[in-house]
Amino acid sequence: MALLKAEGLGIQFGGLKAVDEFNFEIEKNQLYGLIGPNGAGKTTVFNLLTGVYKPTSGQITFDGKPIIKMKPNQITELGIARTFQNIRLFKNMSVIDNVKVGLHHSQNYSLLPAILNTPGYFQGEEAIEEKALSLLRVFDLEEFAYVKASNLPYGKQRKLEIARALATSPKLLLLDEPAAGMNPTETAELMETIKLVREKFSIAILLIEHDMKLVMGICEKIVVLNFGTTLAFGTPEEIRNNPEVVAAYLGNEE
Amino acid sequence: MKKQQIKQFMISLIISLVIYGALMFSMNNGIISSYWSRIMITACINIVLATSLNLASGYLGQLTLGHAGFMSVGAYIAALASIHLQTPFIISLIIGAIVAAVIGLIIGMPTLRLKGDYLCIITLAFNEIIRVIMLNLKITNGARGLIGMPMSTDFTSAFISVVVTIYVIYCIVKSRHGRAIISIKEDETASELAGIPTFYYKIMAFVISAFFAGIAGGLYAHYNGILVPVSFDYNKSVEILVMVVLGGLGNLKGSVVAAIVMTFLPELLRSFSDYRMLLYAVVLIATMIIKEKNLMPHIKEKFSKKEVVEEVAE
Amino acid sequence: MEFVAQMINGLSTGGMYALVAIGYTMVYGIAKMINFAHGEIIMVGAYLAYIATSMMGMPSYVSIVISIFGCALLGVVTEKVAYKPLRNSGSLAVLITAIGVSYLLQNVFLVLFGSAAKTFPTYIPAGTIQFFGISITYVSLISLILTGICSAALLFFVNKTRIGKAMRAVSEDKGAAELMGINVNNTISLTFAIGSGLGAIAGVIYGMSYSLIDPYIGAMLGIKAFIAAVLGGIGSIQGAMVGGIVIGIAEAFTISYVSSTFSDAVVFGILIFILLVKPAGLFGKNVREKV
Repeated sequence: MALLKAEGLGIQFGGLKAVDEFNFEIEKNQLYGLIGPNGAGKTTVFNLLTGVYKPTSGQITFDGKPIIKMKPNQITELGIARTFQNIRLFKNMSVIDNVKVGLHHSQNYSLLPAILNTPGYFQGEEAIEEKALSLLRVFDLEEFAYVKASNLPYGKQRKLEIARALATSPKLLLLDEPAAGMNPTETAELMETIKLVREKFSIAILLIEHDMKLVMGICEKIVVLNFGTTLAFGTPEEIRNNPEVVAAYLGNEE
Repeated sequence: MKKQQIKQFMISLIISLVIYGALMFSMNNGIISSYWSRIMITACINIVLATSLNLASGYLGQLTLGHAGFMSVGAYIAALASIHLQTPFIISLIIGAIVAAVIGLIIGMPTLRLKGDYLCIITLAFNEIIRVIMLNLKITNGARGLIGMPMSTDFTSAFISVVVTIYVIYCIVKSRHGRAIISIKEDETASELAGIPTFYYKIMAFVISAFFAGIAGGLYAHYNGILVPVSFDYNKSVEILVMVVLGGLGNLKGSVVAAIVMTFLPELLRSFSDYRMLLYAVVLIATMIIKEKNLMPHIKEKFSKKEVVEEVAE
Repeated sequence: MEFVAQMINGLSTGGMYALVAIGYTMVYGIAKMINFAHGEIIMVGAYLAYIATSMMGMPSYVSIVISIFGCALLGVVTEKVAYKPLRNSGSLAVLITAIGVSYLLQNVFLVLFGSAAKTFPTYIPAGTIQFFGISITYVSLISLILTGICSAALLFFVNKTRIGKAMRAVSEDKGAAELMGINVNNTISLTFAIGSGLGAIAGVIYGMSYSLIDPYIGAMLGIKAFIAAVLGGIGSIQGAMVGGIVIGIAEAFTISYVSSTFSDAVVFGILIFILLVKPAGLFGKNVREKV
């Protein structure tokens, strides 16, 4: 059974169909790419999958449950996490606290234990601290744990955003242009990180990316979106040789 | 972490006891006159008000202009409980605070759902309505003022309230709940997508903030001996806001210092009293512009990076 | 007949609210901020007319012109000094500053004129005019006409002129408007000037209708007009007009048929209701946040 299944997904803004009849499936542990020209509706798809926008038509099932009626935080709790095109960290919080916000649901001590400083509270906080540090370690951010997030260099901010998303212990991770604004070295490093994340956390990943080398290099399958509808779906090889895709997208790109 | 936190707690406790002991000793031996010891109680009430508003406006980032309204609810309810039900002082305080919290819940439910600046206007409106209600109700004795409650607030009870308020808010802010609250201020959408039930936490912070405003009101009622609605008008709300802004949004220590300064300074500058509120207005505008334009980068750089983070996170 | 009379009553106060609400809505549309100090501008408008007529002996029309230009200038200066430095800051900072400005204006007038109410000069003689058996005061009638003219002129200006088009462009997308060669700073200044000028007219109408002014009049008037703007859909000029009139009529009917103590409560009830049912307001667009 597919981990995530979107059927006939659509949303209209005013008269404009931003996404129309979008069908998509992703299995556990897969790494898919979502590509398409600017304005094709890629980020809108992410917003639909994470509950930021409510679809005007269609169904989304995640882990066997319909999720379109759920709030974004409930969907996150269920196991879909994401990053943003334009990095949205909690800028004035420390690096580790950013991750700790993602770990919110990993502990469930309530308000009173926090005020009374019960053993349960300390255990919870210690567990959160430990998990946060181990996540930061994965991304080589441990030494920056107590630095204000906005003081991190750009590439590290992108990594921190992924770390925060992973902190919610997702089954599916949505990455919105993780390589945007990175130089080739940073992008190569990011590719390694993404591969590592998938292996280490054994999760499915769907990523939006304009960097074709990255997408073609690591994705098992690729969805091509054009004018809000699926233009093609297949392996990188198939996509590269699909004349429609070449005409709509790759042809314009290079 | 546990050891560190307990150590910190013990140090804070000892410091509080020392401050309390020194002040009590000075008051009992006439080093501090009874005039100034009364003002110290006012300072305590203001600290409770400023730190609790800081939770809603500084940490959560939701600007409210009705803090004096919640204070007045706490004040009147606590006073009425003492007068009519003869409840013990502490029970009156708690009843007042709970009612203030419930009203906070009622106001927060419809408004905190919305993004934007509606809360500010609605709380201001609430402040006005509550003042008019207190002015017109029979049981509050309107503009002539409510009297008859025992003058139970002394320096000890005011001081304990301050310690409890700061302690509780500090503990909340340090916990996973506090991080959730701060993340909402930083970026509500990102917070929601990190799994935080943002609406729930907005309500929580707002209601706790109202609760402590209610405590401050109860203290005020049993200290002043008379309640008139005009003491809880828009001006009082702005005064509390100025304390929070001056001390720094999301900075508890700053709120404490600002509340103390803003209680004592007007007493020292009595001849200047006509211009006090004018000064508050200028302080509000200037603080915001100076801070946002980063006119003080050098001062900030003096702190190490870690301290800058702590300043925001605590 | 009582019903119709109250309707007209409501229309005339509603018109005043509408003029103020337009100021909120225009500024919100362009600067994306609630200009908390807008209510105080109205108070200043009323005081300027009072100063010009009662203290300096100017004729009524000169006083009104002074009041309009004085407020327009004040609006522009406020924006330049207090809001412009914060244009790229969070909404919390801007809001706190706006509260500061509001508080500053109120207290400057308190220091200058004291808290006691001043008698507003009589620009329009007292008395009523009869229309099919309904008596309307001259003040109500003039207020209505004044509001109508201002609204029509504003709608024409915003929708039909080049500068109006520039304003709408800036409110859609500041960056794009700038790239199209529109001077964003001037457009924002102009918006504040127009909003404040209309506020001054509302201030004069207030003075004429209630004949007593004090430094606190702006606060409540401002809140009610803000509610009108929210009701109409903040950002929409037509919405602000409709919202103002609805609030005015609701208030007039509550005062005459229920009780004057409840009139504020009814207005706030409307606000809570609209926020619960249709937060975007009657004419508002649902604005999606960019994620």
